[in-house]
Amino acid sequence: MRSIFFLLMSGSILAGLAACSNETSKTLPILGSRDPVTKVVDGKTITDTLYHTIPDFELLNQDSTLITNQAFEDGVYIANFFFTHCPSICPTMQRNLLKVYEKYKGDKRVKFLSHSIDFRHDSPSVLKSYAEKLGVTNDQWQFVTGSKASVYGLADSYMVYTKEDSNIPGGYDHSGYLLLVDSKRHIRGAYDGTNDEQIQLLFDELAILLKEYE
Amino acid sequence: MRRNTSLHVGAALLSIYILFHACQSEQAIRTAQYAVNGQKLYGMHCQNCHGAKGEGLGTLYPPLTDSTFLITHRKQLPCIVKNGSSSPIQVGGKTFNTEMPPNPQLTPIETAYVLTYIGNSFGNKMGIFTIEEVQQALADCR
Repeated sequence: MRSIFFLLMSGSILAGLAACSNETSKTLPILGSRDPVTKVVDGKTITDTLYHTIPDFELLNQDSTLITNQAFEDGVYIANFFFTHCPSICPTMQRNLLKVYEKYKGDKRVKFLSHSIDFRHDSPSVLKSYAEKLGVTNDQWQFVTGSKASVYGLADSYMVYTKEDSNIPGGYDHSGYLLLVDSKRHIRGAYDGTNDEQIQLLFDELAILLKEYE
Repeated sequence: MRRNTSLHVGAALLSIYILFHACQSEQAIRTAQYAVNGQKLYGMHCQNCHGAKGEGLGTLYPPLTDSTFLITHRKQLPCIVKNGSSSPIQVGGKTFNTEMPPNPQLTPIETAYVLTYIGNSFGNKMGIFTIEEVQQALADCR
């Protein structure tokens, strides 16, 4: 009887330890290409890794204000690409992102950045009306527009496929990924915004990433 | 003789009763078939905006759970599905004025399928939309 008790005790302690170490050791990878750079520091030659980084940007938001990377550098953010009259994947993607927004509403560590790929139609006022109708009531979630070159170029660095295509309903083809970006502009996760399991993974991994800022 | 008459009457009543129930269940089966076909079409053409549970999205896309709206607009529903909608509408106490794109590729029978699905899901109980009803409604579209 006693030995069984000890066995159970030690078993549960081990399980507890394993669970704890799993929790604390899990960090998210940095996605994208990486380049080794060799430099000389204090007379010694060291090799460092240069990770894929979101470049500088300057885009017009739903209040017609120019925003830059600065708006996102004191926390993490989730970026995606959409357009307001998109009849296909965008509503599902935005419905799912809205769930994340609602959970973290008021938590300034988490921000949201939706880029419109319809540079012809989605002016700031169109984006403003869209944001209000979606249910976005504060500046934690920015909706931005810019020149085709700047937005489509950014999509490439977020590793999101975007293309104008008149054969596609709505006129633009793009992938519905949600990108989790940290304060150093590194992409830490990519999730299919139309897939419920991937959205759950985003919730889980966002919580893991936020631990780095505690 | 008298016994025979009452037997005949009884048999006649019984067969009417059976026939009635057979028809009713046939109707229920047909409604279920339409709804199953409609569910697939709903997933392809409607779900992105109106949601898997017909919940809509904010005030961008109206929910399909307002039974009163659906019942009072029954005759317009085939037209909305086929031709889209561009005028503001009141659903569930909110105003929606996002343009709904048309679905010109949907045939009348497919429209009947998808409306039967919507009309008997998400808490709605509208019964079957027959192809005749849909064709009549489409002929009357404004």
